[in-house]
This record gives sequence, structure tokens and C-alpha cells, in this order.
Amino acid sequence: MSRIATLIGLALFLSVPLWLTDPYLLNALITTGIFIIGAMSLNLLLGFTGQLSLGHIAFFGIGAYVSALTSLGFDVPIYGDFHIVHMPWPPIAGFGLAIVIAGLCGYLVGRLSFRVRGAYFVIVTISFAEVVRLVALNWVDLTQGPLALTNIPSITVGLPGLGYLTLKTKLQNYYLVLTVAAIAYALIWRLVHSHHGRAMRGLMENETLATAVGIDVTKTLTLAAVISAAIAGAAGSLYAHYIRIIDPDVFAFISTVTMVIMVVSGGKGSLAGPVVGGVIFGLLPVFLRPIMPPEAQWITYGVVLIVILFVMPRGIVPSLATRLGLARAGGTRRATMAEPTVAERA
Amino acid sequence: MADTVLRVDHVAVHFGGLVAIADMNFHVAEGEIVSLIGPNGAGKTTAFNVMTGFLAPTKGAVTFRGTDLSGRKPHAIADLGLIRTFQRTSVFPNDTVYDNVLMGLHRQGKVGLAAAILGLPRARALEKAQRARAAELVQWIGLEARANDLAGSLSYGEQRLVGVALALAAQPTMLLLDEPVSGMNASETHTFVQLIRSLRDRGVTILLVEHDMPMVMSVSDRIVVLNYGRIIAEGPPDEIRNNPAVIEAYLGQGAKDVIREVASHA
Repeated sequence: MSRIATLIGLALFLSVPLWLTDPYLLNALITTGIFIIGAMSLNLLLGFTGQLSLGHIAFFGIGAYVSALTSLGFDVPIYGDFHIVHMPWPPIAGFGLAIVIAGLCGYLVGRLSFRVRGAYFVIVTISFAEVVRLVALNWVDLTQGPLALTNIPSITVGLPGLGYLTLKTKLQNYYLVLTVAAIAYALIWRLVHSHHGRAMRGLMENETLATAVGIDVTKTLTLAAVISAAIAGAAGSLYAHYIRIIDPDVFAFISTVTMVIMVVSGGKGSLAGPVVGGVIFGLLPVFLRPIMPPEAQWITYGVVLIVILFVMPRGIVPSLATRLGLARAGGTRRATMAEPTVAERA
Repeated sequence: MADTVLRVDHVAVHFGGLVAIADMNFHVAEGEIVSLIGPNGAGKTTAFNVMTGFLAPTKGAVTFRGTDLSGRKPHAIADLGLIRTFQRTSVFPNDTVYDNVLMGLHRQGKVGLAAAILGLPRARALEKAQRARAAELVQWIGLEARANDLAGSLSYGEQRLVGVALALAAQPTMLLLDEPVSGMNASETHTFVQLIRSLRDRGVTILLVEHDMPMVMSVSDRIVVLNYGRIIAEGPPDEIRNNPAVIEAYLGQGAKDVIREVASHA
């Protein structure tokens, strides 16, 4: 059943440019889409392993900077006359590198920080993001610091037999973001329904028992962190090539909070949750802007969040699914054992 | 004499100044059902935690099938085929019974990340085999009617069964059961005893900690009695039943005569 809902959702997103031509709204949808990819990656950690990373924007920002620098090139003095010079590469290579390097950072942070849990883990991740932000701000030779990296080229894709296409228009970028989001969604879907995903859920629910049946805690959590960081890096890369200018503000703490809000309001641990929460909280400011003064906008934003969590504490998607009788509400649903129960969980 | 599966050698556990286990020595042979009993606070669960790597012993060593377990993490010990259950938190409460067992099958289901994500034939075949195996195990513990209910919504006794199924899914060659029948009624306990016996017949060696004396007496080949972190008696049920040191440990001096009477009826 969720498969049908997912396909309907995808069809809806595919059709958006057909009935929505306002460039301002399309722009809002693209940036929201990029943040939804980030929120989906955060959900993999928060919703499926139970670890709250409040430094998640670091991976997004690392992806953005890696991608921008790869496609712009740089000339960084290291020591004396020794320079590291990098000639510009095509943006698509930057996209790939962003994924790899963000994933690598996820690995390092995971290995270091999964020794601790709960509040300690949260603090380690916040510190990591802050350190990365300070590096971006102060390593002016590489990042231009607060002067920002400008003129980042748009992504160019090679079409077999048709030459190259530079994705400059909003329409093209919309579909680019949608494609990446769909791939990320499918990837997370496959992952959490594999035995790797079961290991993650096991650790979240009962870590002691999980290790007792042979689940390797560090390995499982690190795997989740790597994939999560890599997806966030991909989102960051899309952001850099779409906005075409980035400065250290890309690491702002508020962006992590926005992603957490998207995940928690939509429903953590539910695949569609970050998408639903993301659409609501990504577009809400856009709709509020013309109708009320700035102070009132933020108050309304907060009120909407509180109301959602008050009415549906587990998030929109899980609550609706329970109400419609689709999800595994304890004891009420009957399915045959041959019919995998996990398929309905998404 | 059968081979020794588990050997506990001069194990001591100190928590600061508190001596949880003073000096523990015993072994479990292949195919045996051994019970570890003793009054509350005797160090039984501590002993389990040492054997399964959740706690490092202050002194001594535990050997499982010739492998020294010191310094190994719990999941690595589980990989050797030594699996335990827990007293209280025996299940994954927010998952169905069926999914609980699937999680227990983790050890058998390891496929590469890429294979799992891309759904390669090998991964699919393995996943299918696991689902069949999980269904089989759920049926074996007699909970097929509740397979799709959340484990947390089950009764205490049923949760215990799920805990055992989970442990079995990990394909142990030796199973450590921590108070498996607490919270079960008499008929559930009876069924459980038969389950333990049939497990042994399948070649699983069993060590259990339990307070239910009639159950312990009926199921064990051998009993090890622990008090104040020391082993005070060891032997077959009949011998333990009449052992003065054991009776004293449980009820204090003076109660021996009364207890001998009661125990012989148990």
C-alpha cells in the first residue's frame, strides 16, 4: 500500500512544473527539495538508529565546498613556496567527490563519536559542525572565507549521443533535484529493509540485546553515518551548483534545526516523513511571507510545529498511517506470515 | 565424558570494593543442561555478563570451545555461537514477533551493502531463506498467532519465548538463559521445560539461571550453587536437594529439617 502512495507522490512531484510556472515558487521548491534530501539523510540516523546528530549540516556544507572547489579550482599555499594547485574539473566530478568526501567525514565522525551515546553524541556532532564552519571561515586561501566562493558553474550532464547539457534553468534543476531525491529515497528504502536496516533498528530499540545476538554496534552505526553523510554531501553539492555562491553561513546551526524539524514533524523512522515534513516547513515561510510581517511569520511557524506535534506526536506520516489502518498498530493488523510485514512499514 | 564446551577458570569480579564473584570455577560439557542457582545477589547474572563479554572479569578467564573469551566484544562472542537471553529486556518491543526473530537471524544473513541495496540475486535468496526460517522459528515456539503483533504488547511469558526464539535464530551451539521462566504460569513453564529438552536434543548445550526450583530440579543434569560470589555446591539435582550447605544458603540455619521435607516433595 505504501508503494502505491510512494508512486502517487512521485507522480505528483513529476507533474509539478506542468501546473506551476511561477519561477519564484519553483525556486522555493528546488531549495526545499535540496533540504529534503538533507532531511532524508538525517532521518536515516535519527529515525533508524536513534542517534541525534545536531551537526548534520556539516556534511551538507562539506559537500557544497568540495563540489564548488573541485569545479572552480584552487591554488593554496601550504608551506613556503609549496602550493597545491587544482585545475577546474567538470561540476559532475565535484558532485561525485562531494559524496565521497562527505561519506569519508561521516566515517571519521562515526568512528570517533559512536563511543558515546545520547547527549554526548549530540555534543560531539555540534562541535564537529562548528569546527568545520570555523575552518571554512578562516582558511581564506582555500575557501575565500566570508568573501564566499562565487561563480560556481552549473552542473553539466553528458547525454549519450546528444552532447552535453548544462542545467541552468529552474525547470532543469527541479528535475535534477527530484532525480537525486528519488535515488536517495530508493537507496534508504533498500537499506532499511535489508538486514543492515534491521540491525540498525535493533540497536535503537535494545542495544544490549542486539549485541547479544551478534550485531556489531560500531560497524552498524558507522555504516549509517557514512551513508547519511554521503547523501547530505550530495545535497550540499546540488545546493552549491544551484545557488552558485556559498559562504560559511552554509554551516549555520539553524539549518540543522530546520532538517530536524522536517524529520520530526513528518515522522522520524518513516521514509516519507522527511518529505512530508520538508514540504510543509520548507514552503511555509514562502506562503507566510506575503501575508504577514516577519515577526508573525516565525511565530506562526512555531505554532504550526507545536500543533502538529501536539496532535500527532509521532509525526504526520506514522500518525496518519495508523489512523488509516495501514501501519503496524500493535495487535490490530493481521497479515499472513509469508507476506513480509516490513513492506508495509514504509 | 563429553567435551567441555564452556570453562570458567578462577573468575573473580570486583566492583570497586564489592566482591560480586570471589572465585568461580566450573565447566559445562557438550549436550548438558546445567543450572546456576543461588539466592538473590549471589552473582549469577554477573557470571552471565562475564561469560558473554558484557563485563570484563577482574581475574580469571572464560574459555568457550577452546577459545579464550577475554577482551572479546559481545557480538564477537555471539559469532562464536555462544548466545544469551536476558532477564528483563528480552525483546525488541517496537517490532513484531516475526521481525524480532528476523533480527536474531542477523548473524546468518550477512550480505554486502551493495548486494543488499541493489537487491542482487544472492541477497534476495538469502532474505527469502531468512523469512522462511523466521516463520519456522515463530511456529516452533508456538506464537504464530501473534507473529504480527508488537513484541512489547505480549505477555511476560510470551516475551520470554520470543527472547528464546531470537536467541535460537542466532544459531547458538550453547545457550545461556537468564531466568527464562520468570513470569510464566505453571503450564507455560511446563511447555518451556519441554522446549529446553528438545533444544538439547538438537545439540544445543544449555546453561540457565533460574529461581523456579521445581523447574530447575526437573530439567537440569547438573546444578551449580552460588552464594556470596562463591560456588558452594555442585552436582546432580538429587545431591543438591539434600546438600546442607545449599539449604542453609537459601533459608539460613535451623530451617534444614523443614526444608528437607519440602524439597523432597518438590
